[in-house]
Formats: sequence, structure tokens, C-alpha cells
Amino acid sequence: MQESIACGKTVLGKQFIGVVAALAFSSGMCAQTAPPQQPEPAKSQKAAPAPRRDLSGIWDVANTMEGISPQGVKSHAPFTAWGADIANNVYKPGDGPRRVLIGRVNDPLDSCDPAGFPRNLLFELRPFQVVQTPNQVLMLYQYQRVWRVIWTDGRELPKDPDPRWYGYSIGRWADDYTFLVETVGLDERTWLDNAGDPHSSELRVEERYVRVDHDTVELTVKIDDPKAYTGPWLARDKLHLTLQPAKTDILEMICAPTEAEAYKKAIADPATK
Amino acid sequence: MSNKVFRVLIAGVCLLAVSVPLPAHHGAAGYDMDKQLTMKGTVREWLWANPHCYMKYDATDEKGNVAHWAAEVSNPTDMIKRGWSLHSFKPGDEIAVTVRPAKNGAPVGQLLKVVLPNGQTLIGWASGLNSPAGGVSNPPEPSSK
Repeated sequence: MQESIACGKTVLGKQFIGVVAALAFSSGMCAQTAPPQQPEPAKSQKAAPAPRRDLSGIWDVANTMEGISPQGVKSHAPFTAWGADIANNVYKPGDGPRRVLIGRVNDPLDSCDPAGFPRNLLFELRPFQVVQTPNQVLMLYQYQRVWRVIWTDGRELPKDPDPRWYGYSIGRWADDYTFLVETVGLDERTWLDNAGDPHSSELRVEERYVRVDHDTVELTVKIDDPKAYTGPWLARDKLHLTLQPAKTDILEMICAPTEAEAYKKAIADPATK
Repeated sequence: MSNKVFRVLIAGVCLLAVSVPLPAHHGAAGYDMDKQLTMKGTVREWLWANPHCYMKYDATDEKGNVAHWAAEVSNPTDMIKRGWSLHSFKPGDEIAVTVRPAKNGAPVGQLLKVVLPNGQTLIGWASGLNSPAGGVSNPPEPSSK
């Protein structure tokens, strides 16, 4: 038996309004379906001072939805003509201002292609681990279970690199608490974010990790892509990352082509026809 | 308004009251965000997978017509936070399902809520991500009657 609820329709009448009003003043009425109320976060004690030149540990975005960013970046510099053409005529995203029906989406992620960099910082940024070695900083991400190598041995960026999904990265400590990463050599096939904002192979990305205190890092990501955008802009601006307990088990989040194809047949295609 | 209709209305409004979008790179453009369907069904298959978990189930109406439905929630890592698991359902489970259906009338949708035979409710596309216990309500105490 099916029971349809056409929310907001006038047929519900005064009784509906009464119910809504009652709900507005009585959260307890939803006890059977609403999730448990979250306890008020305790006033945390002041975090310990930040360790010097150390980002090691497991980090997660303080605001989960902000890390996932399903609707893409909050704003960006205007497109160039090239960028606008790609955004408006080529990429068909499932979310954001240019979203299309699910079966018409041509997001590379649908076929389990790599998210690539910097999309892995601008979409589905979930727990990740930072490992520091004498000559590298490694970043190990939950989403697609990939890692990046950031060289800290003083080398320069390659002059004319072949494109790679995650590019070439070098890093240095600007001061005891600020780690700067520069990345070039990025594969143009990847999207910048989940809204189908494009980038070119000319893209240069600067990440700034500021260790505010022992438990907090602020991440800023600057996009500089003169082929796609009319000027540099910030895709992340002091995004709060929180240190997780050392025992945190970073889960698998892997796109398997067979599962993606099955999902397409069962859900995406029927919902679009 | 009958008690039955009132209960359905309350359930629907409660869902709306706690509803926030789950993330998805596919978006939700194909679904009717203003409509919810509640139906009884039998689980055929529960797929715990990326990009999204989904359930295939059969819903039988009062005339005995069987519709083969498929309804999705978010990915396993999100659903774990909501108390769901690989073992949440098994074929043959009798359930009550609330979905947000496709605009085109196909029997697919976003899975908003599932009520298990023991009364436990699993909240799908409708609760806060950061809730470690979010998405699950305890089954009611056994009736003394």
C-alpha cells in the first residue's frame, strides 16, 4: 500500500498548519524518526601549543559537509572564454548550478576515474593522514584511497612536466607553523570540483597549512590557472582541520567499476529515462 | 482527519523537519523533492557499495500488484556514521519504506527511512552526518499485551 505525501500542498489545510506549528514548539514529537539530539559540544580546554614543523597525524575537516562540498567551491574568479566553454558546453555535473539529471552526468568519477588534484581537496575531503619523512611529506586520503608525495628535499618544480592525475608537488616550511605546497603538472581531464568547474594543464596550486595549535590546522588552497580563470582565487580559505585520535581507522572509500556500473543500471538510468 | 492519516502526516513532517541533503557527486536532480512515498515491501537485495548503497525491494499494493523498486542512500562511510551496515537488511526482510521518488515515475528513489520488523527505524537521506548514533532509533519496548 502506498501513501503519498505531497508536502506543502493546500489540501493539507489547517490541520497541517497546526501540526507544523506544534512541531515548531515541540521537538519531542519527532522522537521516532529524528536522529538523537547532538549533545552540546563541551567547552574544550585550550589546545596545547602547536609542535614545530610537524603536521603528522590524522586530520579531518571540522565541518563534514564543508569538506565534502557536494555543490562545488563557494565562488571562483570569472571564467576565461576557454573555461566558460568547458563549463557550459562540455562538463555535465550532477550538482552545483549547472547540474543535469543523474543519467546525463559525465563526471569522470562516474566511471571511477581518479578525482585527481586538487579535486581531492575540494570534494570529498574526509579523514587523511600526514606522514613526514626526512625528504617527503606524504598525504594519505580516505577518498579513493590515494596518496600524494610532497617533496621537501629542496628540489624545484619540473619545468615542463608531463601531466599526472595528482601532479608534482614540492613543499617547504615558511615558518615553524606554516607549510607551503606548490603543485604543477596536473592532468586536464580531472574536474576542479563537483560542480564541473574546469581547470587546464596550466594550473598551479598553492596549499598553505597553518598549524594554529596542537589540534588545529587551517588549510588555504589558491588556484592560479590563467587559461581557465581571469585571475587567481581561493578555493579553500582557512578550512579548519581537526587532529583525530591516533587510533582512528581511516575507512575505505573506493570506487569499483563493477559496482559503479551496477549502480548506474539500477538507479541512475531508470531515474533519468 | 483519521488517526492513520494523521500518523502519516506526522511522519512526513518529522522527516522534513530533520532533512538535510546527503552528499553525492550525482546530485538529486532526478528526484521529486516535494514528494514522499511510504510503502510496505520485501527486501530482495541490499547493496553496500560505492558510489551509493541501495536496496532493491518489492512493494505489493492492495490489489496484489508487485512493483520492483530500487532506492539509494549515501556511501558506506556516511551510512556507518548513521548506524547502517552491510548487515542492516537481508533478502526476505519485511520492511516499511519511505522514499523520495523519481520525477519520471520510475520505481527508483532516495531512501529516506526504513522501519524494520522489530520497530527499529533507520534514517537514510535525512539526518546529520556528524551524529555518531544518528540514523537509528531504538526499537520500542516489547508490548506487554
